[in-house]
Amino acid sequence: MSAAQLVAAALLVPAAGAGGIALAGRWPNLRETVTLAAAALLFACVLGLVPAVLAGSTPELFVLEMLPGIALGFRVEPLGMLFALVASGLWIVNSVYSIGYMRGNDEPHQTRYYICFALALAATMGIAFAANLLTLFLFYEMLTLVTWPLVTHHGDDEARAGGRTYLGVLLGTSIVLLLPAIIATWALAGTLEFVPGGLLAGARLSNAALGGLLALYMFGIGKAALMPFHRWLPAAMVAPTPVSALLHAVAVVKAGVFAVVKVIVYVFGVDTLAGLRAADWLPAVAGFTIIAASVVALRADNLKRRLAYSTVSQLSYVVLAAALLTPLSVVGAALHIAAHAVGKITLFFAAGAIYTASHKTEVSQLDGIGRRMPWTMGAFLVGALSLIGVPPCVGFVSKWYVLQGAFAAKLWPAAAVLLGSTLLNAAYFMPIVYVAFFRAPRGEPHGEAPVAIVLALVATAAATVALFFLPGLPLALARSVAGL
Amino acid sequence: MIAEHLPALQVAVPLAAAPLIVLLRHPTLAWWIALGACGFALLAALLTAAQVAGAGTVSYALGSWPPPWGIEYRIDTLGAFVLVLVAGVAALVVPFAWRSVAAEVPREQHYLFYAVYCLCVAGLLGMAATGDAFNLFVFMEIASLAMYVLIAFGRDRRALFAAYQYLILGTIGATFYVIGVGLLYLMTGTLNLADMASRLPLAQSERPVLAALAFITVGMSLKLALFPLHLWLPNAYTFAPSAVTAFLAATATKVAVYVLLRFYFSVFGAPLVSAELPMPQILLALSIAAIVTASLVAVWQPDLKRMFAYSSVAQIGYITLGIGIASRDGLTAAVVHLFNHGITKGALFLLIGGVVLRAGWAGFERIQGLGRSMPLTSLGIVIAGLSLIGIPGTAGFVSKWFLVLGAIENGQWWLAALVVGTSLIAVAYVWRFVEAAYLAAPGPRTPAPGEPPAAMLVPAWLMVAACIYFGLDTSFTVGAARRAAALMLGGAP
Repeated sequence: MSAAQLVAAALLVPAAGAGGIALAGRWPNLRETVTLAAAALLFACVLGLVPAVLAGSTPELFVLEMLPGIALGFRVEPLGMLFALVASGLWIVNSVYSIGYMRGNDEPHQTRYYICFALALAATMGIAFAANLLTLFLFYEMLTLVTWPLVTHHGDDEARAGGRTYLGVLLGTSIVLLLPAIIATWALAGTLEFVPGGLLAGARLSNAALGGLLALYMFGIGKAALMPFHRWLPAAMVAPTPVSALLHAVAVVKAGVFAVVKVIVYVFGVDTLAGLRAADWLPAVAGFTIIAASVVALRADNLKRRLAYSTVSQLSYVVLAAALLTPLSVVGAALHIAAHAVGKITLFFAAGAIYTASHKTEVSQLDGIGRRMPWTMGAFLVGALSLIGVPPCVGFVSKWYVLQGAFAAKLWPAAAVLLGSTLLNAAYFMPIVYVAFFRAPRGEPHGEAPVAIVLALVATAAATVALFFLPGLPLALARSVAGL
Repeated sequence: MIAEHLPALQVAVPLAAAPLIVLLRHPTLAWWIALGACGFALLAALLTAAQVAGAGTVSYALGSWPPPWGIEYRIDTLGAFVLVLVAGVAALVVPFAWRSVAAEVPREQHYLFYAVYCLCVAGLLGMAATGDAFNLFVFMEIASLAMYVLIAFGRDRRALFAAYQYLILGTIGATFYVIGVGLLYLMTGTLNLADMASRLPLAQSERPVLAALAFITVGMSLKLALFPLHLWLPNAYTFAPSAVTAFLAATATKVAVYVLLRFYFSVFGAPLVSAELPMPQILLALSIAAIVTASLVAVWQPDLKRMFAYSSVAQIGYITLGIGIASRDGLTAAVVHLFNHGITKGALFLLIGGVVLRAGWAGFERIQGLGRSMPLTSLGIVIAGLSLIGIPGTAGFVSKWFLVLGAIENGQWWLAALVVGTSLIAVAYVWRFVEAAYLAAPGPRTPAPGEPPAAMLVPAWLMVAACIYFGLDTSFTVGAARRAAALMLGGAP
């Protein structure tokens, strides 16, 4: 297949998968086979694009002209390639996990669940490969809408409230801030295509206008969960855990930070922003979010809530790294999208495994659980170490680049934030590991979660370590984003 | 040979269909004749639009009396665009009416219903096709009188009151219009719009012209339900038969907007309306009031029909807001939203017609858990609702794009913020439906599982598909709107 056909296939396979799931809804085994087949096929399509992108070409697919002069079109560049690889690869693992989790917990509406999941992946691919801001925005909104049924899956009052916050913040920020930013960009530059060096590079805007526009973008991309627009993420935790794992640790939130990096690199241009002082406020906001969210995580007893605030904090690593505007930190930003994904999905998998095996949700209930679920908590430890940034986990690699970027930019407060947050990460993860392994178990005895769940979380934990030793592919993609 | 008479035939065929239906007095035949007449009108409108896109404005001298002495049918880009909308919706509503009207109107009145429906279609098409101010008044009266009757067909006794209310206000509107036209005739001595436009600069005194502008503005504002002259609309939409609500919501107010645009930009001209007079400011203020208050009121309505009726008042506000922005992008937004809102509301009210058929009434207590009992209908309402909000990939987004673009290019950032901010209120009322349909358990009054008949569902879903299609491929809508906007700002019709 040609590269353009592969791009089309990457968009259509999950969408067609959703259709297949709907048709196979009555036969659960067939339905799950369709999901797994769609996931495997999608990953194969995405992998098929890698050689071309590594060779420096940017496969394109033009569909039609949506508005005069603005196409619905796709172009695969290194950053989108990396994001698509992470999301589609983890969809396979997450589907295996979903099967174990949804059946293990006897969840209702499973067909709807798998349909929405496949549609969410289709939207994610659209975001990853978008050639311009309008296409990105189209799929960005679609992702919000198709994940709403997943967030409100349980249909009770809590789910309803969570769904309202989710939709309110994500739609609200994107409609009120992001859309005017995009339209203003169109009015100023006459194009919305992502170009290396930034499409606004030639627009000669004043410092204030550029800073204002940047603010509209940064806060408008609510999925990046920059404070004060982070509340949707903890609210989304009412969803079944596989949703939190793939969508609210990988696809949706990474779509947010992906868009942030994309806007900084391809809309404004790193050099344009570095030359002016329009982006100076951004590291401060990101740094504040990192620290503040960590502090909230420290105090959260609910495990998923703690993980959610940890995600808020880790997302701002990416924003901070991009905002440092040095090549090395941009490499770090791109890498951290992948690194945080595998680490955090492992942690959520573990949280879901604990819930499935023991129905425990609070950190204070986890005494001795590591002795009953050694594989699960072993994987949890690996994920936690990766997020703290300890070798031999991939989290160390990305943090290393971000720190180097901070030193290169001579932005000492940013370096201090990174180091301080490392301590905070350890402070909210390590007590969990400690009580799990070193305290006596309580309550009724239970074993590991179903084998599909354990398999999935061991796989992602293994990937977390493997990517430390073999970071070749993500690193190569990340370096070409930064033009290194 | 027939091709050259299409401008007149598309109006004449539905007009002739009405007495034919009354003469035959047969319910089934009546339906077939209405279907044929509306189908022909759609075909003719599409052919005319193609002709206009290719060769420019079409002029047709009725009875071969050359204008300005005879009545001229003059169809430019904007007119052709409106004709396609009206004829398209009319042709889709007839198949829907087969089952919907059967359920809501006594069988012995069916022939009357379809006769009046054809009259209404003919009137609206005539308003869009004619280039003569008095002929326009005649068609407006035909359409309006037909509408009063159509609304009164509603099962609920309150439909009579709603029709009466509309009759009073609609008649005041028509009277104001005709006073305005009278003043213009006094000053120019002609009723042909194009001729009037060329003679107006020679008028001896400006005062009667301004008075005419004021009368026509107020008259048409009543017809198009511009806040605060919208009071007739919620009741009319709520109590009319479902097919009538869908047709009215998609076309009637839109044609009134068309007439206003026609007078503002083809007769009075952009320099007078937008530069010398504070019309943009007045329209902006009223539009903003319409958008904010009607959207907020919509959130609290007890049933779907009423909720989306108030939403219509708000959405008409977006159209007039585009006129108020008064730039090329603003006018493009107004024209494109006229079409996009037409198909969106058409889709919504057709789907709600299905709900009414199955549940008896579209009150919120009857749609609890509707997502499970009527999955296709519910999904359609959600998609059309997204178009109402302006989610990208739907028709409504395109309108919002040009509104915000127009505001930003004028440097009116506050207005851009207002447009996007108020679409969040639309999120609130659309999500009220979503939560009721998908998160609530079916209540005792929720209809038993089952979709409305295909004759109703298929036209409704065609409209829903149109909402998505015109959100992705905008070459027809935006192309026509931009050409129309350029023509309007160019001054000459």
